[in-house]
Amino acid sequence: MSAPILQVRDLQVTFHTPNGPLIAVRGTDLDVHPGEMVGVVGESGSGKSVSFLAAMGLLPKSATVAGSVLLDGHQLVGASAKELRSIRGRLMSMIFQDPLSALNPVHRIGAQISEMLRAHSKMSERAARSRAVELLEIVGIPQPGDRSLQYPHEFSGGMRQRVVIAMAIANSPKVLIADEPTTALDVTVQAQILEVIQRVQAQFGTAVVLITHDLGVVARVCERVNVMYAGRIVERASVNDIFEAPTHPYTRGLLASLPQAGVERLVPITGFPPNMLRLPAGCAFRARCAEAIAECEHGVPELRAVGAAQSACIRAVELMQPR
Amino acid sequence: MTDEITLPTASPRKMAYDRFVSHRAAVASVFVLAILVLFVALSPLTARYGVNESVQAPPNSFLPPRANAWLGTDDIGRDLYSRLIYGVRVSLVIGLFSAIISVTIGCLVGAVAGFRGGRFDDIIMRVTDLFLAFPFLVTLLVMRNMLGAIGWLRPIIGELSSVRFIIVLFAIFGWMGVARIVRGQVLALKEREFIEAARAVGATRWYIVRKHLLPNSVGPIMVALTFSVVSAIIGESTLAFFGYGPQAGAGATSLGILVGQAKGAVNTGFWWLAVFPCLVLVTIALAINFIGDALRDATDPRMQKDS
Amino acid sequence: MIRRLAWSVPTLLFVTFLVYIALRIGTNPVESYKRINPRATPAKIQQYIDVNGLDPNYVRGYFRWLVNFVTLDWPRSIKGSREVWPQLKDALANTLRLGSAAVVVGVSFGLLLGVYAALQPGGRRDISVNTAAFVGISIPPYVSAIILQLVFAVYWSRWFGSTLFPTSGVYPPGQEGFNLGLMAKHMVLPTVVVAIQIIAVYARYMRSSLLDVLSSEYMRTARSKGISERRVLFKHGLRNALIPVVTIAALDVGSIVGGLIITENIFSYPGMGKYFLAAFGEGDFPLLMPWMVIIVTSVLVFNLIADISYAWLDPRIRLD
Repeated sequence: MSAPILQVRDLQVTFHTPNGPLIAVRGTDLDVHPGEMVGVVGESGSGKSVSFLAAMGLLPKSATVAGSVLLDGHQLVGASAKELRSIRGRLMSMIFQDPLSALNPVHRIGAQISEMLRAHSKMSERAARSRAVELLEIVGIPQPGDRSLQYPHEFSGGMRQRVVIAMAIANSPKVLIADEPTTALDVTVQAQILEVIQRVQAQFGTAVVLITHDLGVVARVCERVNVMYAGRIVERASVNDIFEAPTHPYTRGLLASLPQAGVERLVPITGFPPNMLRLPAGCAFRARCAEAIAECEHGVPELRAVGAAQSACIRAVELMQPR
Repeated sequence: MTDEITLPTASPRKMAYDRFVSHRAAVASVFVLAILVLFVALSPLTARYGVNESVQAPPNSFLPPRANAWLGTDDIGRDLYSRLIYGVRVSLVIGLFSAIISVTIGCLVGAVAGFRGGRFDDIIMRVTDLFLAFPFLVTLLVMRNMLGAIGWLRPIIGELSSVRFIIVLFAIFGWMGVARIVRGQVLALKEREFIEAARAVGATRWYIVRKHLLPNSVGPIMVALTFSVVSAIIGESTLAFFGYGPQAGAGATSLGILVGQAKGAVNTGFWWLAVFPCLVLVTIALAINFIGDALRDATDPRMQKDS
Repeated sequence: MIRRLAWSVPTLLFVTFLVYIALRIGTNPVESYKRINPRATPAKIQQYIDVNGLDPNYVRGYFRWLVNFVTLDWPRSIKGSREVWPQLKDALANTLRLGSAAVVVGVSFGLLLGVYAALQPGGRRDISVNTAAFVGISIPPYVSAIILQLVFAVYWSRWFGSTLFPTSGVYPPGQEGFNLGLMAKHMVLPTVVVAIQIIAVYARYMRSSLLDVLSSEYMRTARSKGISERRVLFKHGLRNALIPVVTIAALDVGSIVGGLIITENIFSYPGMGKYFLAAFGEGDFPLLMPWMVIIVTSVLVFNLIADISYAWLDPRIRLD
């Protein structure tokens, strides 16, 4: 494996709220290799989006970021605004969940894409416009020339998300962070968008971090998967291993709660998501875990190798039940 | 194992109250207004002289502030302090009553317009749009004359220069702004799911308006109320400025009339006749505006998004 | 769009009709005429009624008035049979001068202050601008006018011996001909008074609109593109925040022609306000109707401009 293009070490993000400091990300490590598609799975509040917003420097000033984020050799944590601006959109791009609110409603689509191009190159307006049309074609927008002159509200949800993707990969970034790109879309359109992302990935060699809560999406396109819970990564494995032999009780619970054909009763994970302002001692999943033992209370478990995967459950090896 | 699942939340009312209280200017305004209202309500006690009573035997006109006339005297020797108290009473009455009436009408019309939509809504919007676009004073004066000239209305709304007439005038003037606000709120709420849910269980339209739409609009309605009061009080003083103010009996006055006299006082150097009424007017306007603004912040549903 | 324009003519007619009715009921034109001209013969009175379209039948009367108005055959004032247009023209010119100066100054300062405040919400700048704006809108224009008059005219001359900014009229009494400097001096105080209100209102509008925009998702997208912060603020933030503000400004401009009555009165400024008060007080129908037509036209025209500019600026809105 070549060296990781994105290397996150011990990332911590703290929000200073009126109710006290809220540690949304409690020390995560992550590697993304060039050209690969990595999934980050978790519920709302697990810290999956916040981690990458922090990496891009897009969090509000009330948030403190600590740790290390190395992108192609550049340290992003603590980088100056100028440095971050030079990196955003050029080396690393992000696409968000709702394409309608992500696009400026009063600017034409073509102009929004060419803005991205001209921010990081010395292209002329005309060259940028024609390149924008090319990009629209790549993501599968019919009649790209005409449509580049239209406004966001004139596009359907799926088309809009394609536009957003086109904008994000305009400068051939090394890493693309896709934050819940399919959540706001219909199921049929979801498949199309994922296909576009894969196509773009193949064409430009971009590494993609796919953040989602939808395991189905992950199963479809990701090579490796990170599972996050309460601000930490609790399991890391290849996509096959995750689905066939999960090593963490939370992952197992997620899989078990998926509706299955022929199975009548849904099996949710008992309990509720943790209050991030007042986390219990030890493993954050302890209260909802069927396999918790007394030792789970002592200290936050680190990721440990379990075969080819990594798990933050201290009983991982012991509980492994290969299907 | 008892885990707290969420942050301890308060009811929306408490949250709004907390947010209001965090606006210090508004809280101070509440106190100031309360004191003022108290003063005014206890007027026979708090005023030192009658509204038409001379401070002393002549010479008594245009006396600067002194021991027996704290804020000075006017052109015929009446105590400004006492007259201010009585004047503010009249103006507050005008402001409050006209606001209540206009908000009531405005709520009904606005709720129906927003909820039913269609042609009724269109017409109401066009009419109020145009009406509100015209210069305020022009429409006020013209309407005043029109209302005053319609003979058969007189028993209901009173004589042209009575307090009752002015209340009616501002009520008619003010309902349109309120209607627009309420309509906007209803339109926003109409699409929310709990309305759909109410419809799905078979609630009648009237029930929905009464039980769901209006209670959820309390915030903007209260804000509209405060701003109606302010605009009525300032409107009354504007009218009085041009001599069209309320004349309610011998020597009776309103805050507006007193401020109106300020204009003449400028050139003649009797500063107390200008400064004190203006000060009182501005204080009242500021206080009510602060409260209205804080109310708006406190009840803004958008604010409840941050968690 | 064409339909909108086509509708505006009937709307204009309809509104002027309403105004016509309101004035007839409210100012009692015939009685006023008789009051001002107590020795008028019945023939003269009838002529007055005919020429002004004051028939007992309102509709017929309106159309008669309309014909005279459109053919520029305007009846004369009830006082001394003076011509209407020269008076009206001067009044209009004066008010336009004052109004445009105040609007230009007021809106530009207001917008600047609003942006200044919104860039650091909750900070000291924001609080001070907000409070100042608040005080500004709570002080009725005549109060600020009176205070300014007190300070600059009365006391200034007491302390310094001369009048810095005059407080009445367009020119000092007895001035003949056009003098820009003197005119400017006389306009300073009234402009400031009107501008204070405008600044206060627009600072708050702009601040509120910009805050809304700054918290939108597309601002985050814009930043994630790595474009300069200035571009983010201007091309994305301001561009979007100005839309509602411009629309409201257009409406305000429309009503400025008749909206300076109080200020003009206090500063004895011979504009549309003074014209109106005098005419209204006397019930001078021939003077009032043309005045009203100007006001109505201004309001309707700028209403239209507001709608058009809103549609032009925000592509999500399309006119019928």
